[in-house]
Amino acid sequence: MNEIVTATERAIGLLISGDPGLWAIIGISFSVSLRAILIATPFALAVALLLTLGHFYGRRLLIAVFNASMAVPAVVVGLSIYLLLSRSGPFGDLKLLFTQSAMVIGQILLAFPLLVAMAHSALQAAERSAWETALTLGARPWRALFTLMYEVRFALIAAIIAGFARIIAEVGCSMMVGGNILNYTRNITTAIALETSKGEFAQGIALGLVLLALALTLNLLLNLMQGKGELA
Amino acid sequence: MEALRRYGFLLLLATVGGLFGLHATDARTADASILRLATTTSTDHSGLLSYLLPVFEAETRYTVHVLAVGTGKALRMARDGDADAVLVHARAAEDRFIAAGYGIDRRDVMYNDFILVGPGTDPAGLRRLTSMVEAYRHIALGGHLFISRGDDSGTHKKESELWQAAGIEPRGAWYREAGQGMGRVLLIAGELDAYTMTDRGTWLALKEKLPLEVLLAGDPPLHNQYGIIAVNPDRHPHVNHAGAKALIEWLTSPSGQRLIGEYRINGERLFHPNPAPGE
Repeated sequence: MNEIVTATERAIGLLISGDPGLWAIIGISFSVSLRAILIATPFALAVALLLTLGHFYGRRLLIAVFNASMAVPAVVVGLSIYLLLSRSGPFGDLKLLFTQSAMVIGQILLAFPLLVAMAHSALQAAERSAWETALTLGARPWRALFTLMYEVRFALIAAIIAGFARIIAEVGCSMMVGGNILNYTRNITTAIALETSKGEFAQGIALGLVLLALALTLNLLLNLMQGKGELA
Repeated sequence: MEALRRYGFLLLLATVGGLFGLHATDARTADASILRLATTTSTDHSGLLSYLLPVFEAETRYTVHVLAVGTGKALRMARDGDADAVLVHARAAEDRFIAAGYGIDRRDVMYNDFILVGPGTDPAGLRRLTSMVEAYRHIALGGHLFISRGDDSGTHKKESELWQAAGIEPRGAWYREAGQGMGRVLLIAGELDAYTMTDRGTWLALKEKLPLEVLLAGDPPLHNQYGIIAVNPDRHPHVNHAGAKALIEWLTSPSGQRLIGEYRINGERLFHPNPAPGE
């Protein structure tokens, strides 16, 4: 018990004193996950729109596939990307394995199904009525599309927040394709794994606290969005 | 105006997304200055590399990216061309690696030894023994809890050799394969009051945090030799061979060797330079 207390005290000390190594790791986590979510979002939105408004063969199967792939473990995604990006793999010439780009790719793939599934159910909730009304009122299809998305903007933002929360807390894929390289691909979660294996619990706890604070903030935001922006 | 407000946020999102997409093409611009060293957890987690490499990086133009995994995985990365050099400790596997044409220019860098650690109460009575093979027989016969790395690392390979020498196929409830790095295996052994074999570097780095004691050391088969190998540029033309050569030269140079010998934790030397003059 005593050890937990002293380690936590040291952890808070590390955070407050602005320990540069610690904050560099936090910076890498945010930079990688933000890039991943920002790249994934437009494409996922497009797919979700297609799944909502389109009428094509296999649409329901696709929806099921996206829903199912939310459950794929990060290490499986990591392993697949590792094999693809290795110099002995098909995309080896891109020299991407053990870079931040590899981590971004992995996190895009992790966030994508979640984004599509959540955005799709949000858009479906708006029903076709918003889209059809807009069209009837003489809006161009593009304009009608944005009207539809605007209708459910809070649910869409909630999808993005949930996607971000998944990838910033992910460890298996980052460890595998990033390689946990200091000052480059070592992020919050891989650093926690490493520090624990070295018995350096204080740094692990400090990083864990950051993730915890982040999760709380994101969930508050998520709640806010699901309450359609009402604070009460 | 209304329209602008409506899809302004989406537009903004797409733009920022695009910009970051471009940026994601990454910091692999200065490729020739980056050197990838695949190595064991013992050299990295013991703090040796974060003590040595900044000096190397300051003296040369290279930035070393350390990939700390087990010896088996490190050699595999090198074989696939995902690393430029390997610093490992499993001579037989290293020789096979070179014979197969994947690596060149192997040099001895440093050595220390493997030790047997366990609970101070020593239920198997291993403290009075001098032979590791004998100790393994006692552990197996008594069914005392033993944590194995189980990850094809250099330490695991050494452990397997010793079980073989003891004529025992380790199996049963007393033999647990963790599949983790040395640090974590030591923590597990500490929590479970179990025996395990460790390299001395990781032990010295962690022993303050462990309720374990050294029970057996100094048996000749426990010599732990580290070697560095450059990935064969004929096999993988893209590797940073100049960087690998520079690191090999530096580590085996008098100044690199001196620094290795000077590295201490709590006043104890973790690695002995190779060749060690006068030792």
